[in-house]
Amino acid sequence: MHPSPLLLTKELPTLHYTSTPNRFDESWEAPLATLLGVGRAAGADFVEFFLERVNYISCLAEDDIITSISPRLSTGAGVRVFRGHADCYVSTNDLSFSGLKAALEKALSIQGLQLPAPNAHIPEINLELLRDYATKRGKDTWLSQCSSMREMGEVLLDANQQLNLKASHVQSRRATYFRDWQEVLIASSDGTFARDIRLTQSVGYSLLCADGANRSSINQRAGNTSDPGFLRSWDYKSTAEDVAESAGKMLYADYVESGTYPIIMANQFGGVIFHEACGHLLETTQIEKKTTPFADKKGEKIAHESLTAWDEGRSESAFGTIDMDDEGMPAQRTLLIENGILKNFIADRAGSVRTGHPRTGSGRRQNYTFAAASRMRNTYIAPGNYTNEDLFASIDKGIYCKKMGGGSVGATGQFNFGVDEAYLIENGKITKPLKGAILIGEATEIMHKISMCSQDLGLAAGFCGSVSGSIYVTVGQPHIKVDSITVGGR
Amino acid sequence: MPKIDDIATQAKDSASKLGIKKFDIYGSTVDETSVQVEGGEPKQVKASNRSSVIVRVWNEENTVGVTSTTDVNSEGLELALKTAYEASFFGVKEHVPDFSPEASVPIEDSSNGKTAQAPVSQLIDNLIQAEKELLNAHPAIKGVPYNGMSQRDLERFYLNSEDALRTEARSYASLYLYSKTEEEGKKPRSGGAFRISHSLNDLDVQGCLKEAAEKTISHLNYEKVKSGKYRVVFSPEAFLSLLGAFSNLFNAQNILDKQSLSTPDSLGTEIASPFLCVADDARHPDNVASTLFDGEGTPTRRVELIRNGVLSHFLHSVGTAKRMNQNPTGHGNIGAKVTVSPHFYHVYSGVAAEQEYSLETAENVIFIDDLQALHAGVKALQGSFSLPFDGWMVNQGERISIESATVAGDFLDVLKSIIFLEKEAELTPGGICPRVWVEELSITGE
Repeated sequence: MHPSPLLLTKELPTLHYTSTPNRFDESWEAPLATLLGVGRAAGADFVEFFLERVNYISCLAEDDIITSISPRLSTGAGVRVFRGHADCYVSTNDLSFSGLKAALEKALSIQGLQLPAPNAHIPEINLELLRDYATKRGKDTWLSQCSSMREMGEVLLDANQQLNLKASHVQSRRATYFRDWQEVLIASSDGTFARDIRLTQSVGYSLLCADGANRSSINQRAGNTSDPGFLRSWDYKSTAEDVAESAGKMLYADYVESGTYPIIMANQFGGVIFHEACGHLLETTQIEKKTTPFADKKGEKIAHESLTAWDEGRSESAFGTIDMDDEGMPAQRTLLIENGILKNFIADRAGSVRTGHPRTGSGRRQNYTFAAASRMRNTYIAPGNYTNEDLFASIDKGIYCKKMGGGSVGATGQFNFGVDEAYLIENGKITKPLKGAILIGEATEIMHKISMCSQDLGLAAGFCGSVSGSIYVTVGQPHIKVDSITVGGR
Repeated sequence: MPKIDDIATQAKDSASKLGIKKFDIYGSTVDETSVQVEGGEPKQVKASNRSSVIVRVWNEENTVGVTSTTDVNSEGLELALKTAYEASFFGVKEHVPDFSPEASVPIEDSSNGKTAQAPVSQLIDNLIQAEKELLNAHPAIKGVPYNGMSQRDLERFYLNSEDALRTEARSYASLYLYSKTEEEGKKPRSGGAFRISHSLNDLDVQGCLKEAAEKTISHLNYEKVKSGKYRVVFSPEAFLSLLGAFSNLFNAQNILDKQSLSTPDSLGTEIASPFLCVADDARHPDNVASTLFDGEGTPTRRVELIRNGVLSHFLHSVGTAKRMNQNPTGHGNIGAKVTVSPHFYHVYSGVAAEQEYSLETAENVIFIDDLQALHAGVKALQGSFSLPFDGWMVNQGERISIESATVAGDFLDVLKSIIFLEKEAELTPGGICPRVWVEELSITGE
């Protein structure tokens, strides 16, 4: 039987809890409640523990050989201590009671606090009954249902053979897969006690074609969360066809002529425009830093009236889907912009404390070495009333951005992103392929120029890097028209 | 983290228990603290003490498997060895990685070792003071949204079942300051600076402050630039970031994988202007993050990559060196597939220029200070780039900040179009380099 969490501090040095080592379960309640009580008794306003176990593996096939299978096993924990609006985060690999206590003590000392004196009573922290999303949703068996090393290799080699059949002028073919299984447990001094398992997988192609001085490289990736059988269901034949076609078209493409153009951005990964130009600027992290022009615009028109946008915690199988965030809050469906009017921000706990905006279940982090921060999940522009034909018909000379690359946004709201596959539009028709385009603009200006949204909403898997590391997200949109944007090129 | 000797003993015991005869381990432990401030108050303090190892195991069929883990106790190491052994049966059958022939070669240790960490309160006080001084540098500077001061102790080791054992320890302190302006009727502007040193006491806080303030203020007066072809001057940091983005040129593994702008036959070809010399020199005395050995235990060294415009050497791991009949150069990163990466570039001019150029006298040149979004705008396998940048239009010494522009070109063309490397080199976190003048590049503005 575990000791009562209501104890005198003189007992603290002799406590030795034994929690289940290979699973985060109720046995962690007593040690974590005790430590949370210690933190509160020391004078912290709020204390939170984040525990994590990761079982990751990646596989790489190059041409017709498996050249890398890389498993990674990781365990760690982070403790966050708030004192007023300031917070301190300490992480460690040591998940023993004494290891967690040492991390807490370090966090307290950084905040100018000390462990309570001998004989001091530690207040009881009444944690809720373990909110176990993993067990409730049948996730405990997911890891064992995933593809074996052998199956990973077989699928990727088969996939690469398909690419060889479909593409021409091939210089190198790569198929990559990774599986990231993560178990988390969160306990905090407000009573939060929650467990979840996340299973994120991604598979994709990287094709390099060359013909003399002409070169083209096309990457295409699919992602999934929650489906252990994802790799088995990857339709690599049609993906190979798609990748080969794109590479073939871009191999002899002309460089884009720089200038200002109207553009049409394709659905799915085209959603990176909203992610960079607006999504990041709606995170409370940006409000705290005063690096967003939208900080005081809630309820005001910040975009064209044709634009409505969402950030969802749960979209079936989407790459950024989470049942709860990394602070133990159930993920919400958050309406960001409705018909051009700013409705909500994306908030984590620290952001909520510092800006006053309510939490939205958006506190996310790459792993235990990062404190959670306000981050996007599945973010997309809602479908509109136009057809793709309407969009193209409205453009005399412009650019169709079919496949987007990555992007970024700076402290002044200026954003940029690259285009991997583009075409010239003349008199409403696609005429020739173009390469080398990068789009730049100001967030406040571009949001008013997204004037037409088609009906074909599509989502795509992506990776987002920011203050709390690299996380899995979804971007998405239907085909959209941007009235004008600066296109950098030759 | 357990002591390295303990890890070696535990690994040997576990390997023996599992019947594993050949293995090696690369590991590191990090103890770091970082602080951020806002408006004169601490905002977030982060501290971390973490460790990780990667184990490689050769099975009876001489194929290799790896596993990395953060559990460096005996149970964790045993599980890692077991998992690596399982993975080894899926390892490559050709060009199988092997121990470095130089894994036991003695290294003359010129390292600076570790320094004592300062109290967290000192980091906070120093950063609050820096923030205050930056805010006072100009009335238009309204905030320092990105700032941080950190200190880090890093220990690394490599060991293998043939009794090779290498260790090194380092301490670093770093500071970044990125300030933002607000002026009525004008767009917000920003600028920043970064410094790194071996300890907090050595950190050039005033230099960082001065540079961040000067850059931010220099962007207050801004204009659009007309699109067209311009003579371009790259700052040391901008040129090194471009060089880094196209490092597949020198990377032997990329070359063997056909993921490079070079081929095995490219050595000896003239790829750049004769003014350009480039070396990779992990142990350069100015390299704060110098390292003595790579992930395979091979000692690091200076490697001349481009000499007077001619491609003269590649960067190698043990495996690539063997395949290309060269010696390893100390650039390997241990893994299921050993990768290769540069350490610290040294860019310099090997030939005296007949004509010298100066920003004080040049007319209408674009001075690119900082290239952005390299992850999005660089096509490393095509050789092309199209990148947003921070910089100025410079006319006879007068600088006007450029608003929202991109620079585009082909990297191999850039190398051949270099017309001048200035004499004075600057130290940056990624290397040492002077300003580099390029004859002409496409700039997109308005």
